[in-house]
Amino acid sequence: MTNTLTVFKKEFRTYFASPMGYIYITVFLVATNWLFLRGFFLINQASLRGFFGVLPWIFLLFVPAVTMRLWAEERKVGTAEVLMTLPLRDHEIVLGKFLASLAFVAISLALTLVLPITTAIIGSPDTGSIIGGYIGALLLGAAYLAIGIFASGLTENQIVAFIVGIAICFVLLVLGENIVLFTLPTPLVPVFEFLGLGAHFRSISRGVLDSRDIVYYLSVVVLFLYLNLRTLENQR
Amino acid sequence: MIEATNLVKRFGPTVAVNDISFTVAKGEVLGFLGPNGAGKTTTMRILTCFLVADSGTATVAGYDIHEDPIEVRRRIGYLPETAPLYNDMTVVDYLNFIAEARGIRNGGRKAAVDRMIEVTSLKGVTKQSIGSLSRGYRQRVGLAQTLIHDPEILILDEPTSGLDPNQIIEIRELIKRLGEEKTVLLSTHILPEVSATCSRMIIIDQGELVASGTPEELSNQASREGTTVVSIRGPLPEITSTLAAAPWVADWHQVGESLGDLHRLRLRGSEGRDIAEDLFRTVVTKGWSLAELYREQVSLEEVFLRLTMSERGDAAKEERSEVNPE
Repeated sequence: MTNTLTVFKKEFRTYFASPMGYIYITVFLVATNWLFLRGFFLINQASLRGFFGVLPWIFLLFVPAVTMRLWAEERKVGTAEVLMTLPLRDHEIVLGKFLASLAFVAISLALTLVLPITTAIIGSPDTGSIIGGYIGALLLGAAYLAIGIFASGLTENQIVAFIVGIAICFVLLVLGENIVLFTLPTPLVPVFEFLGLGAHFRSISRGVLDSRDIVYYLSVVVLFLYLNLRTLENQR
Repeated sequence: MIEATNLVKRFGPTVAVNDISFTVAKGEVLGFLGPNGAGKTTTMRILTCFLVADSGTATVAGYDIHEDPIEVRRRIGYLPETAPLYNDMTVVDYLNFIAEARGIRNGGRKAAVDRMIEVTSLKGVTKQSIGSLSRGYRQRVGLAQTLIHDPEILILDEPTSGLDPNQIIEIRELIKRLGEEKTVLLSTHILPEVSATCSRMIIIDQGELVASGTPEELSNQASREGTTVVSIRGPLPEITSTLAAAPWVADWHQVGESLGDLHRLRLRGSEGRDIAEDLFRTVVTKGWSLAELYREQVSLEEVFLRLTMSERGDAAKEERSEVNPE
């Protein structure tokens, strides 16, 4: 546990050691605020549904950018050789990296809390669905992050890691969306909807905290972190 | 302290390390020598548990690299080639991270980091980001990383590559000093470095071990197969025919022009035997006189070249055949 914490601290600091971290957060905030406020006054409802509606798509670009560096950079610069000859177990390193990126995404999300606060001042939004929305966003983000770390472990090129990360997230997201569901025979629809990353987020952000949704996201996280571990083993 | 047995590592079709066994005794400074791409780095990566050997094993400080990789890593200080570092971190942050990861926490950590900054003379740059440091400073930060937990065993991959002559001397002296109490395995392709720092050396080529011994042993061994130079005063035709008939001469030729009846010859003994005495006896029985007689000293460079020569020819051939299809 202390080893994981050591890796966590190192990775988390690295986000803010260069301008990259600040640039990511700025771009993320500008994008979410703009997309949210664009329609906010037209609809004239004190609700964050629009915000949570676009979030899975913004995350699709934002989250793999947060994780692309994590392994690709280590391998390119060669620091992986130092990191992986320290007396740390692979899973401690992977978990430390994952938690650091999760903390970074959590901070980015926390900075969007301006939106619900503003909404609460000018109207009376449904607090339950906002809290659910943020919990769901964090879980969705965690799933994307695990996928992104896995993608980063596959290559030493950050851009490749970024694109592969987006590709896997996109497939898993679109799997449960209407575009795909329409084309499927009826018995398969609930299966694909369950497998997709988006449906669980929608149900949580309605304010319904179902254990199935939480278990789903946690399984995606565990699966891809495990796959990341296996790739590291194969590279040894 | 280190005992490697039959290590094998393949990368796809290429065999990077082929059945290498060796031991490093406690307190020894072992030089790992070989041309670039001989498998030095791969062997070191196996010993530090960065890579896993396909077959064979090694024990480091009594721990097996397959069974207890964490215990092995605890006891090793490893400096990878070109000292890769986190460029975004400051020197002191980096050393703090390494210390913590090495299990040096709380009170001990600050002391350890301060000690390393002292030992490797990093005082002026502790708050700078590593990316802004010069090559020499980066190497020192790398060494600080290697030494911070006071390991019993040091594995240094080309510790002086890319440094200027002053820095090379500085690092060599540091290694010598460390070698007094620690077991050191260092790789290099620079020969004077071996004679300057190592008590024993191993030469590997194409993933295979081709020779081992002290630098003196290896050059002695090579000079036994070396040549003898002799100057004889006497009639040249008779000398020529006698040497051609002698069974202990493998081949010979004249060096330079004859000075009157003084002839200088270079000879090689058959089956590597030392022919100085044979020569002397022949000269005496024939009634010629001997002006000089000495065995040519073989430098480490020549030993190295001779042992790794076959590889160079092959590599050159391979390179050519690789270029052709394009």
